[in-house]
Amino acid sequence: MAKEKGYRELPPGGLILEAGNAAEYITGGWRTYRPQVDKGLCTNCLQCWLLCPDCCIHVDDGTMTGYDYDHCKGCGICARICPVKAITMILETDPRGGADERGQFNSKKKA
Amino acid sequence: MGRVVALTGNEAAAEAMRQIDPDVVAAYPITPQTELMHKFADFVADGLVKTEVILVESEHSAMSACVGACAAGARVMTATSANGLALMWEIVYIAASLRLPIVMTVVNRALSGPINIHCDHSDTMGCRDSGWIQLYGENPQEAYDNLIQALKIAEHPDILLPVMPTYDGFIISHTLERLEVLGDDEVKRFVGEFKPAHPLLDLSRPVTYGPLDLQDYYFEHKKAQAEAMKRAKGVVRAVGEEYGRLTGRSYGFFDAYRTEDAEQIILCLGSSAGTAKEVVDELREKGRRVGVLKLRMFRPFPAEELAGAIGHASAIAVLDRAEGFNGVSGPVGLEVRSALYGRSAALVGNYIYGLGGRDLRPELIVQVFDDLAGGRAPLLEAAHLGVRE
Repeated sequence: MAKEKGYRELPPGGLILEAGNAAEYITGGWRTYRPQVDKGLCTNCLQCWLLCPDCCIHVDDGTMTGYDYDHCKGCGICARICPVKAITMILETDPRGGADERGQFNSKKKA
Repeated sequence: MGRVVALTGNEAAAEAMRQIDPDVVAAYPITPQTELMHKFADFVADGLVKTEVILVESEHSAMSACVGACAAGARVMTATSANGLALMWEIVYIAASLRLPIVMTVVNRALSGPINIHCDHSDTMGCRDSGWIQLYGENPQEAYDNLIQALKIAEHPDILLPVMPTYDGFIISHTLERLEVLGDDEVKRFVGEFKPAHPLLDLSRPVTYGPLDLQDYYFEHKKAQAEAMKRAKGVVRAVGEEYGRLTGRSYGFFDAYRTEDAEQIILCLGSSAGTAKEVVDELREKGRRVGVLKLRMFRPFPAEELAGAIGHASAIAVLDRAEGFNGVSGPVGLEVRSALYGRSAALVGNYIYGLGGRDLRPELIVQVFDDLAGGRAPLLEAAHLGVRE
């Protein structure tokens, strides 16, 4: 989170003078449930990417690679739309998971 | 150079608006709107100004259109009165909060109800804390002068606050008086060209007006707004002096009349000051040490300067043309007493007078000076001057 500015440093009237600064506002802390994706099931259909209201699905060269947890609010739309049920929502406090920092795990990969 | 003309207060203000030729004027075209906007609409219809006039369906919409036009980068003016100002309420605050230098003349008239269309200050006193600079005029000359200065104050890059020049309904708005007006080119030179800092229509520099502003920044924005209001004092003074060099009529925060050695002082706003000065002259001839201070700038409130100008008096009467409905005092009375606290030992009495256009007759002013001299000033609770028991 950007350091909060003092009143002397602000443009008058609460104006916002630059475009695209919503990224500075970290909304991930609002989340109760965290999405995680099982890449063993994921078909990279990208419906989650299409429907995420906060552009939090990372895609690399046509492959769904995980989540932007700084901004994902945990709405669960990605889990609801996933046609192969590869995405599960788990409580932030749930010690289960097994996903990496991007929210990925692979149920079909041999340990 | 200036011309001497005979105009009503409304005509004088409309003449100033014609000379300024603002980009946009949005106004509600029916009562409580006054003749001021009617006169200005004549100028528009006659092709004497290039202003785009937006006639809207309510005063709430009038101020909304002003906010939108000013944010877009236009020089914007409007006018209203009484209940019209009350209906604008929500957007009056937003104009100030967004730091939009809109100039709105308010012809001071009583708020309903029961229905009354005559002069008192209940309309502008009601929005004294809305973040607008307020300048009260005494006569058509000041209606004209204040309106021209208001624009220059509002648009000053250090200020960017809306300004509300006012004058008394009917008593000034409809009274024909002699005044001096400037040449059109002199007015245009004085107000200069408006250079908006962050116009919405500048697509190369995108800007967001009025975003959601929560616990983390709203407080800082209000503090910045309050600081701009404090800075406005210096700009009001500088603009008033510059206007004086142009016209011979300098303006400050107030007009102190025979107060230097006065033991009793009446403080009032607007047209009543003219009557009070007459009474002061009469009483001075009888050897009474009395004076009157006409407060021109009520927002920001010049507490320190006011205390310096009247604090030496033994007794002061503040005349309020608005009821405070607090059981204690009118709005000006409260602020003057607060300004003198810790700075002066003068006793401050408070009178409510002239509501709904009731005349302030000279004998009532004599009565106030007699109260002050005789130790009968209403110190703890405002008295109602000239009301029937």
